[in-house]
Amino acid sequence: MSTGTSADGRSGPAQPRTPTRSTLPHSASTATAADTIDVRDLPSFGFSSRSLMWWATAGLMLIEGTVFALGVAVYFYLRDVNASWPLGTPVPDWRWGTLNTAILIASMVPNEIVKRAAQRQNLGASRAWLVVCLAFAMAFLAVRGIEFAALNVMWYGNAYGSIVWFLLGLHTTHLITDTIDTAVLAALLYFGPLEHKRFVDVSENALYWYFVVLSWLPIYAVIYLAPRFHP
Amino acid sequence: MNESDAFSHPDAKARLFDGPDASAATRSALALTWADPPGWLGALAAINHKTIARRFIATTFTFFLLAGVLALVMRLQLARPGNRIVSPDTYDALFTMHGTTMMFLFAVPVMQAVAAYLIPLMVGARSIAFPRMNAYAYWVFLFGCLTLYGAALLGAAPQAGWFSYVPLAGPNYGLGKGPDIWAQMITFTELSALLEAVVLITTILKMRAPGMSLNRMPLFAWATLVTQFMVIFAMPSIMFASTALILDRLVGTQFYNPSLGGDVLLWQHLFWFFGHPEVYLIFIPALGFISSILPTFARRPIFGYTAIVLALIATAFLAFGLWVHHMFATSVPALGKSFFTAASVMIAVPSGIQIYCWIATLITGRLNVKTPLLFVLAFFFILVLGGMTGIMLGAVPLDVQLHDTYFVVAHLHYVLLGGAVFPLFGALYYWFPKISGRMLDEGLGRWHFWLFFIGFNVAFFPMHLLGLQGMPRRVWTYSSGMGWSDLNLLSSIGAATIAVSIVLFLVNVVRARWRGEPAGRDPWGGATLEWSTPSPPPPHNFDAIPVVHGRDPLWDPPGTPAYVSGLAADAREVLVTTALDAVPDLRPLFPVPSIWPFVSAVATTVLFIGSIFTPWAIVWGSVPVVAALTAWFWPTRRQNAQALALERRP
Repeated sequence: MSTGTSADGRSGPAQPRTPTRSTLPHSASTATAADTIDVRDLPSFGFSSRSLMWWATAGLMLIEGTVFALGVAVYFYLRDVNASWPLGTPVPDWRWGTLNTAILIASMVPNEIVKRAAQRQNLGASRAWLVVCLAFAMAFLAVRGIEFAALNVMWYGNAYGSIVWFLLGLHTTHLITDTIDTAVLAALLYFGPLEHKRFVDVSENALYWYFVVLSWLPIYAVIYLAPRFHP
Repeated sequence: MNESDAFSHPDAKARLFDGPDASAATRSALALTWADPPGWLGALAAINHKTIARRFIATTFTFFLLAGVLALVMRLQLARPGNRIVSPDTYDALFTMHGTTMMFLFAVPVMQAVAAYLIPLMVGARSIAFPRMNAYAYWVFLFGCLTLYGAALLGAAPQAGWFSYVPLAGPNYGLGKGPDIWAQMITFTELSALLEAVVLITTILKMRAPGMSLNRMPLFAWATLVTQFMVIFAMPSIMFASTALILDRLVGTQFYNPSLGGDVLLWQHLFWFFGHPEVYLIFIPALGFISSILPTFARRPIFGYTAIVLALIATAFLAFGLWVHHMFATSVPALGKSFFTAASVMIAVPSGIQIYCWIATLITGRLNVKTPLLFVLAFFFILVLGGMTGIMLGAVPLDVQLHDTYFVVAHLHYVLLGGAVFPLFGALYYWFPKISGRMLDEGLGRWHFWLFFIGFNVAFFPMHLLGLQGMPRRVWTYSSGMGWSDLNLLSSIGAATIAVSIVLFLVNVVRARWRGEPAGRDPWGGATLEWSTPSPPPPHNFDAIPVVHGRDPLWDPPGTPAYVSGLAADAREVLVTTALDAVPDLRPLFPVPSIWPFVSAVATTVLFIGSIFTPWAIVWGSVPVVAALTAWFWPTRRQNAQALALERRP
């Protein structure tokens, strides 16, 4: 089996149907003789918005997107109530944050590859590219450590320091959780008992990574650009 | 690597399938499949939405009673001028715990708890979406409640009021651990509420019975859907605010410290950006109760279904534009105040549309006056009064005059009890037979209603006058020369009357469980799907998933096909339909009961409580959380074998 689309589908004993009911391949909306909608031939999983997991992920992204938006709002609120900004502290060193932004944007390539592999239900490619994604996440987290040090302000120094650490910490929390998520998923693909719906999990994991990447861009702008421009 | 080995195919046994004419063996297989495991370990592993929701409702009601007892102590203290029953500090703790409990441990979660019971039954589903996450959300909520009350018993009750304003709750003035406990109680309960919101939204949008397109969905489901989206946009604000508060207190951030660039009004903005929508998180589900109860007891379909749905959505949008009206006494710009005054008055429009539709339903129906309807009719009276004082408080000049007086206390109790607690009791009388299989006694129910209604008005109406006379809220006592004595005594008598009515309700519940009249499937002649299943419903809710052909499935002429067939009876298969039109789409396998949601909630609790004492708890506390969540996710061989046997790829 070199294609990676695994095994035989459904030739097992679950396939034969009771003879009394007609079976309706791929169309569940027609009534049978017994006047019911027979759903036994519906697929047991589906990708994207067909899947319940997609809705859960979308819900989490809405919640966390709201938190990010609030963080940005608080940043500008605090900037607005103060006469000077960033409260007399030096602006953050932009180099590490920019390097990290480059890593994050680059990580969208393996992320897209693994998403497509999952949607083709290709196990080998999913496994391999999930590990590549994991490597990107690790690289990002390492640079993130330096990024905190390059903020040039401590969280207890003043309110500017507090909100900048909060924003960066909040985003880092998302990175750590998604990194753990990806690691557990990769471990399951390599070692765990598998079923095909795990490809949906891989696909949703990739969707969530897009959220982590794209939500970073406005936060990057707030942390590194906003203190450099004066209204 | 040979990849076909990864998805090994064990032998699958011959399966049982459900359907309207399924055998008794199939039905008992369904019940066995969906039942929670026995024993105390099984009780901790339970994930059936009805089990979890019953616990959730019981927990919220326990805290409703506790908060009521706190209120009685306050009314006892205020009954006479110059009373010394409790000390000022204790009084501070009493009103803080009362408000916090009623808002965070009762009013918002009870609406989600009732929805978690009813929604799957109303939309014709075997389960709620993500049943394990639903169980986890309940456990986290319970542990949050226990944290607050455990701390209070240990002498660390918060004392800064239910909105915990800084600087009073900040590092310089909020001494002891009380404000930290309050902040983490927020983290517990809002985490639970946010997860519950995702669970309910997914259930409503993806698990409706075939044919139940959005425009046929029961109005309670609409109200729940709208409310849960509000939860998603409102709750993060209070989590943000309370996290910043606890960071200010524990690790020295400066969010609310004006001397280092912070701002105390930031707290008020963040709190009320959540706090005002929160009123509607309580109110909109209650509107859903009313829209469910009225058609049944008016014996006709609801008037103006589309208008009511649009009004619900409009209310939800407007609710986010009102928060500054809690801050009219602060230094926000005058133009801002004008905007928020206009928005505050505008929200009367969608409310008015709904009341119009309900009155039209009542007038054109044939009324069957039973206890649930009485509670709904009381809603009209009390909410209109509360709404009137709301319009008064929405005007800046009057608000500045009345701010922090008992007028506000009267207003908020009229709105919250009238807008939510009365409909909630109506809902309990209405759905109790479904949940328990027994009828509540009608005579006791009327006694409960009238004592509650009269006691409520006696307790809270005088507070309007006290506020106009200048009595500030949150004072622990007053002198006899102020002229407030008689009205306060009257108010306390009203509070005692409410207490008697609640005791009658409890007697009614106990009596009904012991020897209540059996309810049967549909004691009231309701129109929605939950009345088509036995009371109490079997673990699997429906022997066969119904197919819906109209808005009132039990009243509409039967259509064909009437049922779904072909879901496995010996596995937790459910039907997933499309979001808009509810066309059958997938038949995924749902998870089996598991101890891990409980263990994960315990680990989460250790993390949250530990973080009150050391920020390092966030680091070491997250290790057991990750371990428990991974164990929760990891499939067992047996589940995997079953999943593979039932699997069909798209």
